[in-house]
Amino acid sequence: MPQEKHMIPPLQQWAAPVLLGWLLPGAGHFYLKRWNHGILLLFAIAGMFGFGLLMRGRMFEPQSGDLFTTVVHYGGYMADMANGSLYFVASWLGYHQEQLAHAVADYGTKFLVCAGLLNILAIVDVYEIAVGEKP
Amino acid sequence: MYLNLTHLEAALLFALFASIVLGVIGRDSDKERIRYGLGVFGYFMAAIFGLGWLMYLGHG
Repeated sequence: MPQEKHMIPPLQQWAAPVLLGWLLPGAGHFYLKRWNHGILLLFAIAGMFGFGLLMRGRMFEPQSGDLFTTVVHYGGYMADMANGSLYFVASWLGYHQEQLAHAVADYGTKFLVCAGLLNILAIVDVYEIAVGEKP
Repeated sequence: MYLNLTHLEAALLFALFASIVLGVIGRDSDKERIRYGLGVFGYFMAAIFGLGWLMYLGHG
């Protein structure tokens, strides 16, 4: 019975835009000369991240415990990391926020996480463009 | 500096940023992207106001 082969596109075709897209939201699109898309993605993702910081959102840190705690903290940590340089620069500049019992700060935490998740979508988009799956 | 937004303002900002990203990556032509982005923003608005009213009325 013939097996279906899934061809993985050559690394050099997509690695640079994907890496740039992770490091700076929209940079992968800039690399592929999708200037308008890159600007919009940078505005939206960096804007969401910035508002998250201004609302005193909390960055997740890896933490083990029961299943729920582990999933939430590791998942949140990975989503925060997906912001790339935005996350690293904020951490490097000393941004650290303890959890506040305040609705706006809670929104801020969600903004930081969702900015990372949206950047993952942007990275998938830039991958698809780079390998020719998307016009 | 601390930004003290209301629930509505935060939800509107979230809807705006998420709609832009989903609009950009969601479709293949610029016309479809604008339409899709506006549609997503509209759905966010419907959910925000719909659920807001539902919670208000359900609260009694």
